[in-house]
Amino acid sequence: MTALSRRAPAEDGIATPEFEAAHERQKRWRGFLMALPAYAYLLLFFAVPLGIVVVYSFGTRTRFGTTELSGWNLESYEKLGRDLVQQVLFRSIWLALLTTVICLVIAYPFAYYMATRSARVRNLMLVFVMIPFWTNFLVRNYAWYVILGTDGPFSRVAEFLGFGPTRLLFTQSAVVMGLVYGFLPFMILPLYAAIERIDGRLLEASRDLGATGYQSFRRVLLPLSMPGVIAGSILVFIPSLGAYVTPDILGGAKTTLLGSYIVTQFLSARDFPFGAALSTVLMALMLAATIVYFRRGGRTL
Amino acid sequence: MTNPPPTDWTATSPPVDDAAIAVNLTGITKRFGDVTAVNDIDLQIADGEFFAMLGPSGCGKTTTLRMIAGLEFPTEGSLQIFGVEVGTQPPNKRPVNTVFQNYALFPHLTVRDNVSFGLRMQGTNKREAARRADELIELVQLSGMEKRKPAQLSGGQQQRVALARALVNEPQVLLLDEPLGALDLKLRQEMQTELKSLQRDLGVSFVFVTHDQEEALTMSDRIAVMHEGNLLQVGRAEDLYERPESRFVADFIGQTNLIDATVADADMIVLTNGTKVKAPNPHPAGTSVAMSLRPESIEIGRPGTVPTEYEPTSLPGVVKSVTYLGHALVYDVGVDWIDLEVRTENVPAEQRFTVGDDVAIWWDRHADWVVPNE
Repeated sequence: MTALSRRAPAEDGIATPEFEAAHERQKRWRGFLMALPAYAYLLLFFAVPLGIVVVYSFGTRTRFGTTELSGWNLESYEKLGRDLVQQVLFRSIWLALLTTVICLVIAYPFAYYMATRSARVRNLMLVFVMIPFWTNFLVRNYAWYVILGTDGPFSRVAEFLGFGPTRLLFTQSAVVMGLVYGFLPFMILPLYAAIERIDGRLLEASRDLGATGYQSFRRVLLPLSMPGVIAGSILVFIPSLGAYVTPDILGGAKTTLLGSYIVTQFLSARDFPFGAALSTVLMALMLAATIVYFRRGGRTL
Repeated sequence: MTNPPPTDWTATSPPVDDAAIAVNLTGITKRFGDVTAVNDIDLQIADGEFFAMLGPSGCGKTTTLRMIAGLEFPTEGSLQIFGVEVGTQPPNKRPVNTVFQNYALFPHLTVRDNVSFGLRMQGTNKREAARRADELIELVQLSGMEKRKPAQLSGGQQQRVALARALVNEPQVLLLDEPLGALDLKLRQEMQTELKSLQRDLGVSFVFVTHDQEEALTMSDRIAVMHEGNLLQVGRAEDLYERPESRFVADFIGQTNLIDATVADADMIVLTNGTKVKAPNPHPAGTSVAMSLRPESIEIGRPGTVPTEYEPTSLPGVVKSVTYLGHALVYDVGVDWIDLEVRTENVPAEQRFTVGDDVAIWWDRHADWVVPNE
């Protein structure tokens, strides 16, 4: 097709079907060109490495810690049935769920409060929610390390109150506290966006029809803010499940989670196929969680 | 329980028996910060009455309605519903329900669940609530739509759902906030008739907020006119139209000519140009007043044709413009210092006046009405 034929068929200013078809093609091509850099980047640095990980998960670890890719097998996946692995897996899911629920309970009233303020107060509060992001994530986790440590302020206050020396560091509670702290903004923001969209008069109508404050929340506010609840839960659950930095710093050796366990496989145990299998399973879990949530919500976010 | 304070009806309100008072506002004031939205209102609404609150936007009518509903609390004053003080009760404790502006239907619930919502909140079981909801859905002629969501309904249908939803709890007073504002003209006129007959059938008071004077005049038993937070006048449509008590009401209800004047005595006023006009009025001599003359009460004719009995209420003028309305003619007549609008029935072309004609205008001395300027 020549450039001329692509543009020409508009005779006397009338858009012929050929002209319209050519015009459509041109529009699509232009759209593709605009998306190309992002496509290329994702293909090169996401899809290809992802493929490599999946391929490795079917390989075999040699005695020297290298990986033999010929002779595909499911040995690494069989290792997933081991008690230790199961423990790590369930502990990770449990802590991620706990983190999600705590974030939801803390974030919802806050998001509601924020959504019902004046525009100025609202924007100020949004800035406050974002401020922690200005500090490096690793630094913030080490701050928690200090706070929760034996000599930290938390322990001192507990001691002063008569609970005796309390060390939270290297417990599951410490990990959950750290995760909640780290991911709370990801719960607040979608909840805020969802609640802010709800017409305040619906709550007035509910009260007018005889509903108590709690009934209005349960029957009107909560169902209408469900898209925000779902989005926030996904945004907290998924990174919590694969979290590495926080559990590693605050959890210590006793509370190994999936993220740290995978790192160990790659770096210390040099069992690349098993690490790859764990990563693949983790991704499958996240995908499943996302799909289940979407289905239950039944709407776009 | 305290006795309701003595009823203070304005001169033009028909008297109502104390026992039949549905809503009683005494000295109600609502301030938002420095802004006084409603200023010291006394108002009684009778049981079974179709009552309109009329005024331009920002006049405080919606705030007053919201205080009756319990969505706002009065800063001062007493608010009683059937003799029970409810001023500080939350909305769910009051025997009133509201049809909201733009309806505020629950978008996540079906028509049936919207309508049965009120019953469900009171603990009625699901089956009974659905049965009663379906009765009301039938009453508002929406049978067959029970399972639709509000977004799948037209504006008129949503309006009916809002009505059924508010009526399901059998309120003692139904509050309606500009319920027809979002509908187009034809549908609005249909709904006016339906609302009116529904109110007659149910026999409960409807308190209706509107900025549309025609709507208020056609539907209501009585109308309260509000302006800048003040209650100016309460009365039947003809009271407000024929015997307005203030310049604002005279100007707001219908079309009128307002002519500035000063009271000479109980029977005479002096217009700005010195002309003395016969106009019975209750104001002391010297009061600054305006004479309200409806365009349709003014007669127009050639100079010298004024009937003798109308001489004391006539003025000479010049036709400045003519507007042809088909069924009527509207003349803009320049009378010395002001222009007056005169509306007559259509007449054959040769009898019409044209621009520049010298004319005389006159009116029956019962047709004019004197209102204080402030």
